[in-house]
This record gives sequence, structure tokens and C-alpha cells, in this order.
Amino acid sequence: MSTKHAKAAKRFIRNREQEQWHNETLWLVRQKRDNMAMRIPEWEELREQANRIKAHTVAELACYLEQFSSAAENNGAIVHWAKDAQEHNEIVYDILKQHQVKKLIKSKSMLTEECLLNPYLIDKGIEVVESDLGERILQLMGEHPSHIVMPAIHKKREEVGKLFEEKMDSEKDNSDPTYLTHIARKYLRKEFLTADAAMTGANFGIAQTGEVVVCTNEGNADMGTSLCKLHIVSMGIEKVIPDLKSLSVFTRLLARSATGQPSTTYTSHYRKPIEGGEMHIVIVDNGRSKIQHNFNYERILYCIRCGACMNTCPVYRRSGGYSYTYFIPGPIGINLGMLKSPKKYSDNLSACSLCYSCNNVCPVKVNLADQIYRWRQRLNLFHKASTTKKLMSKGMKFIFGHPALYGAVLKIAPIINHLPRFLVYNKLNAWGHGRELPRFAGKSFNSMWKKGKQLTINN
Amino acid sequence: MKIGLFVPCYVNAIYPDVGIATYKLLDYLGLDVCYPVNQTCCGQPMANAGFEKEALELAMKFEKIFNQYDYIVAPSASCTAFVKYNYPSVIEDDNLPETSGKIYDVCEFIHDVVKPSKLPGRFPHKVSVHNSCHGVRELQLSSASELNIVRYSKIKNLLSMIEGIEIFEPAKVDECCGFGGMFAIEEPDVSVCMGEDKLGNHVATGAEYITGADSSCLMHLQGIAARKKSPIKFIHVVQILASGL
Ligand code: SF4
Repeated sequence: MSTKHAKAAKRFIRNREQEQWHNETLWLVRQKRDNMAMRIPEWEELREQANRIKAHTVAELACYLEQFSSAAENNGAIVHWAKDAQEHNEIVYDILKQHQVKKLIKSKSMLTEECLLNPYLIDKGIEVVESDLGERILQLMGEHPSHIVMPAIHKKREEVGKLFEEKMDSEKDNSDPTYLTHIARKYLRKEFLTADAAMTGANFGIAQTGEVVVCTNEGNADMGTSLCKLHIVSMGIEKVIPDLKSLSVFTRLLARSATGQPSTTYTSHYRKPIEGGEMHIVIVDNGRSKIQHNFNYERILYCIRCGACMNTCPVYRRSGGYSYTYFIPGPIGINLGMLKSPKKYSDNLSACSLCYSCNNVCPVKVNLADQIYRWRQRLNLFHKASTTKKLMSKGMKFIFGHPALYGAVLKIAPIINHLPRFLVYNKLNAWGHGRELPRFAGKSFNSMWKKGKQLTINN
Repeated sequence: MKIGLFVPCYVNAIYPDVGIATYKLLDYLGLDVCYPVNQTCCGQPMANAGFEKEALELAMKFEKIFNQYDYIVAPSASCTAFVKYNYPSVIEDDNLPETSGKIYDVCEFIHDVVKPSKLPGRFPHKVSVHNSCHGVRELQLSSASELNIVRYSKIKNLLSMIEGIEIFEPAKVDECCGFGGMFAIEEPDVSVCMGEDKLGNHVATGAEYITGADSSCLMHLQGIAARKKSPIKFIHVVQILASGL
């Protein structure tokens, strides 16, 4: 009954040292987040407010999108609408082709990952350079992000040092983070100077003003957009929020939740194209509007991709981003995957002990754990529920449904205590992996009670 | 007031002493406690695994057996939370299930409803409190570490009434121990890894006992401790509270 996640997690945990390092590194981020959250007396009210703003915006999404796009057009931006990933990629490519772009420099965008934009463009002969350091490392390694905020969090600095030696001619065996950052900066500078177009994601789109807000720590989005005449923004429809006042709620929450910083180093507002240039905003649906109308799951659209639910998740920390079959891991990824295709991504549903910590850290109060619970109930409908699990549940129901039988089982259960080890501890018993079975008491509470509480209980 | 005692299935079979301590304690506090013998399971194991349908019949039965009482008290935070928060969606009736509003975990019940000012017990030992997920984040037995709210712990409040006890808490104070019902079997590697980490954090406090309001978590940790031949002992909070009876 092992799911793909369980199997991948097993492989990850086999290297216990690496697992522990991963676990503790992310826990440190959770602690930093706690420190920040506890220092703001009105933290819980802020979360509540953020939740309400998102609820309101998602309910009125069409209006706000219209307001946003006309404001953006008034500012001189060119707005495009993409119904899915394919359309998004085509639109981006068309713009690049029109401008004869050979090299595109990108800042971090999970939406372009979702649309698989990079391979699409590379296939068409365009050079694509990721400028976020973590993304760049992974691009050079030919790997994907394992975390939505810290994409290369699973890489140790020694691995990065080796990579830089090979690709950027850095000093041998020097994996000092400051040194490596300087090397990367020098190397990326060349890329910035020779790129023909810049692409960014969008953390927020402000309906009132038509501007796009991008939060980064490295200033790489600004480098790209200041040096290139052409700026393309890729933005999901759920990124729109009403006005700058509501933005102030989210900017207080985002970085504190994500990395435990009071704010990201750069919060860039893009309102119009630079002089003599063009700014394109591609607004993407790709399944989001379907979620909007699904009462059970619409809260997923509130997500501001802070990654806090991943950092706190005890399963994510111990199984790593690559153990999930959807490109976004952790509690948010489990849910996004199910909304994308329940048939394809149900293997991730096992990666949750229903501890509810994700619900509590989420700055916009997405009820992640409740949604996972609900998906598990629906698994049967897609014929994806495990047969063993089904049988166990049915068996339990049968026993518990018949008090007399339950009583009998309670009586004979202690026999298990006396079975030879090989009968009890074997491959069929997943519990016995790393744990001893509980010992059944000689007499159950039921039998003691029936014997007479006077005798046994009040002795 | 009439109290229906609910002893969850695994407590019944594996930890009957926890049931007995619960009964003794409530009886000592002068309460009229009844144990309906035809009770079985609340249905949580099936529902958390994704089979609410299998849980429905059990929930209906539970409702029938227990709705005659003023309060339902159970020595298990997780089962209590399930009846309290999940029965409404399992039963899906216009009238909310009555038992959801009446059920209390035994610690919660003594702390919030009975409110004794002292208990006679003596327990001269070091204990590490296991803050279980459903106890903390559903029943709010203590302040969840993620939230910016006033810090409190109902379990620590209760335990402090016992003479001679020294109370500790592990690092990562309310991180999940990895039990999670069917999760323990479906994701054995992650589950055991979480349990080993949790056990390590408890042991590091120097405590002789791990105590908590959820026998299911304790069972999981106990299984790991036994495999690792760790000398740490396990005891449910009510057993400590009832130690003087
Ligand atoms: S679901 Fe909440 S915690 Fe998780 S990434 Fe989104 S906003 Fe952050």
C-alpha cells in the first residue's frame, strides 16, 4: 500500500544525516518565522484580515481583474489573457519573437515552472537564464526547485562550490557562501548586460493602480527590468488584490512568514514600461477559475506562496521536496496537485499526519489540513484508495459495529503478545518497522468493568 | 449531572488502566459516571484514512449510546476532537450531532468544568509533557506554538497540583510525533523517523516519564522506545492525577 511519496521518502530517510540536516535547516526557518510573528502583537488579527481580503477578492475576482487590466493599460502596459499553460507559453514566445529576443533573463516565478515555460522557450532556440541564485544553481544542475521560496534549500554549499568550480571557474574547494555569492554575482552581471528581455513573476497585482509588485531578496528582478527595454510579467489570476492599503497587510505577513525577515530586501512596484520600452502582463488562469467555484477548495486561491506550511510540515522536512509527485511539495503542493489532477497526484495525500500545524502558520489561513482530510474522503471516487486501507477500514467497522464481536476480540487480542516474533514482525506489518507492537493488556477495560466496578475499580 | 464515560477502542484493549484512572478520578470528584458497555469506536481511524462512510454507522451508534448524558468524557484528545469537530460532517444531518457539543477530553473536562482546586496525588518524578497535535491544535489544551496568543497549558496546570512532580517539555514543543493513525502504516519510514526525533527530544529533558493526554501518541512512542531499548517510561496524564486515589 506504499504510495509513491512513501517510497521516495524511504529513500530520502535512508541517508539519515542528510535528512536531519534538511529537517533542521527548515525548522530554523520556522523558528525565525515564529520570532517575527511573536513580535507583532496584532499578528493573529493581521492573518484574519489577510484572509478576509482574499476571501473578498476571490469572490469578486472578475471585477478586480477587469479593474486591474484597465488600470494597467492606462499606465501603458499591454495586457494578455492566457487560459492555460500552452497559451501562456505561446504568448510569451510571440512577444519575444516580435522583439527578436535571443536571451531572456528571469527572476523567480513558480507560475512559469507550472507552465514549463523554460523548456518550451529553449526548444524554440531562446536562451533562458534564471537570475535568482537558487534557481540559477538548479538550472545549471538541470534540476527543479524543491521548495517554493528557497528552491535550492536541499543543496549543501559544498555541492554548490563544486558546481561553480565547474561552471564559473571558482577557486577549488572554496565553498564559503560569501565568496560563492560574489562569484555568482560577477557571472550573472554578464548575463544581465547581454539579455534582451526580462521576465518576472508577480507577488501581487494591485487592481486600483494596475501595478505589479515583486518581492525579492537579491534585487535580481530590478537588475533585469532596469537593463532591458522589454519586461514580461507572468501573473496568475489569483494574485490580484484590491488596493495599496490591502497590500500593506500582505507585505507585513509575506516575508515574516516566508523567511523570518521583517520584509523582503526589495519590494518592487512596476507600474509602467521604462522609457522607450514595453511592459507586457500575461494573466494566466490554467485551472484557477475552476477552483474559484469549488466551495470546498476555493481557499487554496488565497495562497501567497510564502512556503511557511512547508517549513513547518514534519513530513516535508523529513522527506524533501522531490518526494512529492507534483512540482510544488508540502501541504500546499498536496492540495494544488489534487486540484490539478486527482488521478495523477493522489500519491501525495499520504504525506500528512493531520497535525494541523500548516493551518496555524498560514498567513492567509488556508485550511490545508482540512482539505487534505476531505480529499482522502474523495479518493474512493477516483478508485485510487488503497485496497489494503479499504479492507482495514471495512474490517474495523465490522468489528466495531458489533459490540459482542468487539468484546470477543478484546478478550482474545492478548494472544498476539505471545506469538513468535517472526509471525508478528515481518514485511506485512508496517507498524513493526522501527516500532514494537503495543502489548495488549491481560484484561481489557470492558472485562474489568463487567466483573464489577466495585471489585476491580474501586478496590 | 450524568457523565458517560467513553473508553476508546485501543485504550480499552491496550491501556485499560487509563480507563480505570479516568473513572476513579471522576468518581473521586463526586461525579455520577456511567460506562455504557455496548460502546465500541468513534470511527476516527477509518475517517482519517479516507473512509468517512465506514465511520458513519459507528458515529450514529455513538450518538445513540451517548446522547442521553449531560457530558461525555474520554481519556483521548484525538477521539474527542474527532467527535467534536468531524461528526457534523460525517453525520451530515440538519440537526448537529448532540454528542459533538457534549464531549470533553478528560483533562479538558477536569480543568474547565470541574475545576478542582487541589488533588491528593503525589508523584515524585520528572515528567516530559507530550503535547499531541489534536490536543493542542484542535482541543486547545495548550497554546499552539505557531500562534501569537497568551501561553498556557491546561495539562501543566493540572499536573502542578500533584505533589513532588517536576514538569518538563521537549524542544519543538508541539511537533507531531508521527502517529497519525493510518499514516503510521502508510508512511512507516517518515512516521518512525518523526517518532524517533520526538522520543529523543523527550529523553533530552532528563525526564523519567513521558506523559500526555493521547494514548495513541504514547503507544507509538512506546513502540519506538521499546525497539530502541530506551528506559523512559510512559504514563497518561490521568494516571498521574489519580495517583493518590
Ligand atoms: S498555503 Fe499558506 S502557508 Fe502555505 S505557501 Fe500558501 S500562504 Fe504560505
